[in-house]
Amino acid sequence: MATPLRIVIAKPGLDGHDRGAKVVARALRDAGHEVIYTGLRRTPEQIVRTVIDEDAQFLGLSSLSGAHAHLFPKICKLLQESDVGHVIVFGGGIIPTADKPALFEAGIKAIFGPGTSSTQINDFISTAAAKDDAGCGAESDWHWGD
Amino acid sequence: MDIDKARAGSRLGLSQALSLVENGLAFSTEEEGQVIGITGAPGVGKSCLVDQLAQAYARNGEKVAILAVDPSSPISGGALLGDRLRMESADLDDLVYMRSVATRGETGAVPSVVADMAAVLKECGWKRIIIETVGSGQAEFRIAAVADTIILVEAPGMGDAIQSEKAGIIELVDIIVVNKSDLEGADATAANIISALSAGSKDIPVMQVSSHTGDGVTYLVQAIDEVADSGTSRAQWRERLASQWMRRMSHHPNLDSILDELESSQINIGEAILLLEVEQ
Ligand code: B12
Ligand SMILES: Nc1nc2c(ncn2[C@@H]2O[C@H](COP(=O)(O)OP(=O)(O)OP(=O)(O)O)[C@@H](O)[C@H]2O)c(=O)[nH]1
Ligand SMILES: [Mg+2]
Repeated sequence: MATPLRIVIAKPGLDGHDRGAKVVARALRDAGHEVIYTGLRRTPEQIVRTVIDEDAQFLGLSSLSGAHAHLFPKICKLLQESDVGHVIVFGGGIIPTADKPALFEAGIKAIFGPGTSSTQINDFISTAAAKDDAGCGAESDWHWGD
Repeated sequence: MDIDKARAGSRLGLSQALSLVENGLAFSTEEEGQVIGITGAPGVGKSCLVDQLAQAYARNGEKVAILAVDPSSPISGGALLGDRLRMESADLDDLVYMRSVATRGETGAVPSVVADMAAVLKECGWKRIIIETVGSGQAEFRIAAVADTIILVEAPGMGDAIQSEKAGIIELVDIIVVNKSDLEGADATAANIISALSAGSKDIPVMQVSSHTGDGVTYLVQAIDEVADSGTSRAQWRERLASQWMRRMSHHPNLDSILDELESSQINIGEAILLLEVEQ
């Protein structure tokens, strides 16, 4: 059997909506990945620490409270500063279309909104895993969807 | 393996070294350390107890590493590793390192790679290593293959504990913790266990702890240092052997093709075992 991907699913900030994150975590497990769920209310520093300790290749962030615009870029920056710019960062939740360009610019490679199916998320994961320039610190401006 | 970065104290280097070993690279070390195994049924509070212990060691200025095992799905091969949820100290304190481990292709509450992962941690200066097993029944004591000190966790209202003598397992346990001492029924649970143990020959401390309030944790930390190291028992050797046997199978390069041939009835079990025995 191929070595599973290790994926951290995290809830940054004070947002208490965790249904979506849990649905996504289970979908990724069912696709054969090892998913580490952090639980609610983690700081960017805690999330980056988790990614490092767990040697994860992917980090999925979930936010429904509106704090994504500030927290997602902060986490990408911390990852790069901590020498783990190879980690592929993606996210989901309630994220207005107008906010997406800035998140892509910051190094997030995909954003998924309400109603996303597990097939869509898994298509992204397998596509990104096959690329060598999908890390949050990569020069490339490739991202998934629009 | 380039372990120098990890030896020099890099967390990322340590994580990457652990991944290599988890993926099958063998590793052993001469460095000493204490491996503490935490086992017990699902939901008794193993993760919360590990978090309390880690905090206690960190407060004393001691480094402590945690390997927490959760089961992989035999169908998808994926795993939901949720122990971290209850271990917030792990991502706050530099003295604590926490790593989630999936059982991958192995049955049993502790996969065989964990012994080598513990060796990497010792090599890199982590002398206290806590291993949380998959939540398991009394029949499962693979933790004895790797731990020096074994703590069996029980909780009130979790059904009648300890059919110890019958299973011959109790000789492996060093301390029994009745967790959730803040709940009704903890005293009765502890009393039941003590009376069940009184028939046996081994003197095992039974301690009440609350992983919510922290009550009793200090005594547990003391007890962990006081239990005498009785050397490696026959039962322990048995678990080590079983663990290595399992490793040989689950990391065999031809395992997939052997399973394919079994599935399509090209070979039978006896032939499959012969194929596994071929040295690689
Ligand atoms: C259920 C719910 C709650 C529950 C949450 C229960 C729980 N434990 O999760 C409760 C009642 C507690 C709650 C409380 C609040 N809520 Co509320 N809540 C909702 C509601 C109705 C549904 C959310 C949900 O669970 N959806 C089901 C899951 C499966 O979908 P999902 O989370 O969207 O996830 C999917 C995708 O977004 C994506 N996804 C999500 N995360 C991730 C992560 C990754 C990595 C990936 C790949 C994909 C992904 O994939 C998932 C599967 O398709 C939404 C409205 C809505 N329609 O979204 C409001 C909503 C999110 N809540 C809102 C608000 C304001 C609140 C409150 C502040 C107060 C209030 N007015 O009710 C509190 C705050 C709570 C807190 N501490 O944060 C607002 C947020 C507004 C905003 N962001 O601008 C919303 C949008 C309602 C609204 N239209 O006003 N809420
Ligand atoms: N009242 C009380 N509840 C506790 C205590 N310790 C743990 N719990 C609760 O028991 C539940 C299970 O705790 P965990 O630490 O996840 O248990 P576990 O043994 O690690 O579970 P698995 O890893 O799933 O086998 C959680 O809801 C905890 O909050 C305690 O000392 N007192
Ligand atoms: Mg647990």
